[in-house]
Amino acid sequence: MSGYALFLGCTIPARQPNYELSARKALAKLGIELVDLANMTCCAPPPVQSIDLETSLSIAAYNICLAEEADLNMITLCTGCFESLAMTNTMLKENGKLREDVNRILSKAGKEFQGSKEVKHYLQVLKDDVGVASIKQSISKPLSNLKVASFSGCHLLRPSELLKFDDPERPWIFDDLIEALGAKSIEYRNKLKCCGGLLRGYADDLALKLAREKLVNTTKAGADCISTLCPFCFLTLDMGQLMIKSKFQEEYNMPVLHYSELLSLALGIDAKELAPEFHKIKIYRVLNKVGLS
Amino acid sequence: MNHEKEQKTTNLAFSGTITSQLGGETITSCYQCGTCASSCPVAKITDKFNPREIIKLSLLGAKEEVLSGDSIWLCCSCYNCQERCPQKVEIADVIYALRNIAFEKGYIPNLYSEFASSVTNDGRIAKISKFMEQKRSTIGLPPLQPTGVEALRKILSATGFDKLQQKKEGM
Repeated sequence: MSGYALFLGCTIPARQPNYELSARKALAKLGIELVDLANMTCCAPPPVQSIDLETSLSIAAYNICLAEEADLNMITLCTGCFESLAMTNTMLKENGKLREDVNRILSKAGKEFQGSKEVKHYLQVLKDDVGVASIKQSISKPLSNLKVASFSGCHLLRPSELLKFDDPERPWIFDDLIEALGAKSIEYRNKLKCCGGLLRGYADDLALKLAREKLVNTTKAGADCISTLCPFCFLTLDMGQLMIKSKFQEEYNMPVLHYSELLSLALGIDAKELAPEFHKIKIYRVLNKVGLS
Repeated sequence: MNHEKEQKTTNLAFSGTITSQLGGETITSCYQCGTCASSCPVAKITDKFNPREIIKLSLLGAKEEVLSGDSIWLCCSCYNCQERCPQKVEIADVIYALRNIAFEKGYIPNLYSEFASSVTNDGRIAKISKFMEQKRSTIGLPPLQPTGVEALRKILSATGFDKLQQKKEGM
């Protein structure tokens, strides 16, 4: 079966069309077909898991059922959606009792989880279906000399037993894909540490402290930009800089770009076509550095 | 003596509640080594949150303190602790289980109450504004597909999620 059922989630269509746009354009250029299915819902992320785990598993399973019915594997852009859906998919495939319980609930909505499909983050699709070498060959505007601080976000990697994506302590897939664009993926202090995104709204002061740490460390390491995969990390680090400015009187001006945006630029897609106005911290610095302005 | 006996019964009762809750099954394997606390980004910046402490209090049966306090809501869900626990305690999931129990008892932070309403009303946790929907076509994005709110509500009613909110209102 060709193509993937695109799971868009909530935060991307609500706040970050720049993410969706760049992902659609880049994936199309690389020959990945995305299918938009009707009737998907929220993925049931940590806020819903916090209220009732059984409900969150059932909601995630319901969405997987839609992909199963369309005979398609599922692809996510958001790391949070990836975690909710991939975790549920693995749990229900491996635990017969849990699957029975969830299917009893799903029957009320006329669905049954079969366990016949995979849930993949688009980074995984790029690595497995396209391949790093082939991406390298497709690049027409290499991002030479660009120093990128990669930040995959927690839920791409952990819990690794269920997500099975990359080494949770020494991941390399994201960095390889950044270097495939001709850029340099740099090391920085506490690279894998959480950005604090999920504490926003409940404990803003703590969330902001964690986000600030990421900005301090990437700035010290000489990064030209941070690259993210999760709309929540993006929000926390991009818009977060405005809040840090007002709370700590510190200005970082660190551009934050989703990987799909860097990929699109390297594939020769014009920055103006990528809705860059949705970045709070403007990305001119990055465009100048790679000669695309 | 009687007091001690009563205390012991209470302890077991609460860890029993946790282990029978989805996500809480592994809590009794904890031997308090502190790997979780030293891996925790939140514990490094505030003394209001410490995963080892939450597990200790829970196993000691300090039910009210754990469920009514701020602490269980300060986990950032990064799963560092769970990844590194030598006893394979699923610590982040234990905290979800404790939050689920707290919700059931009516200890519901306002923010989470809002999350529950959004999911029930819109089928989404973040509402998509008319502005964003219109913006899509001008920047070349396809129209959004309809959300499966009806199916979702059937699921919420089957799990009792739609009634959890009322616990707060009835408090």
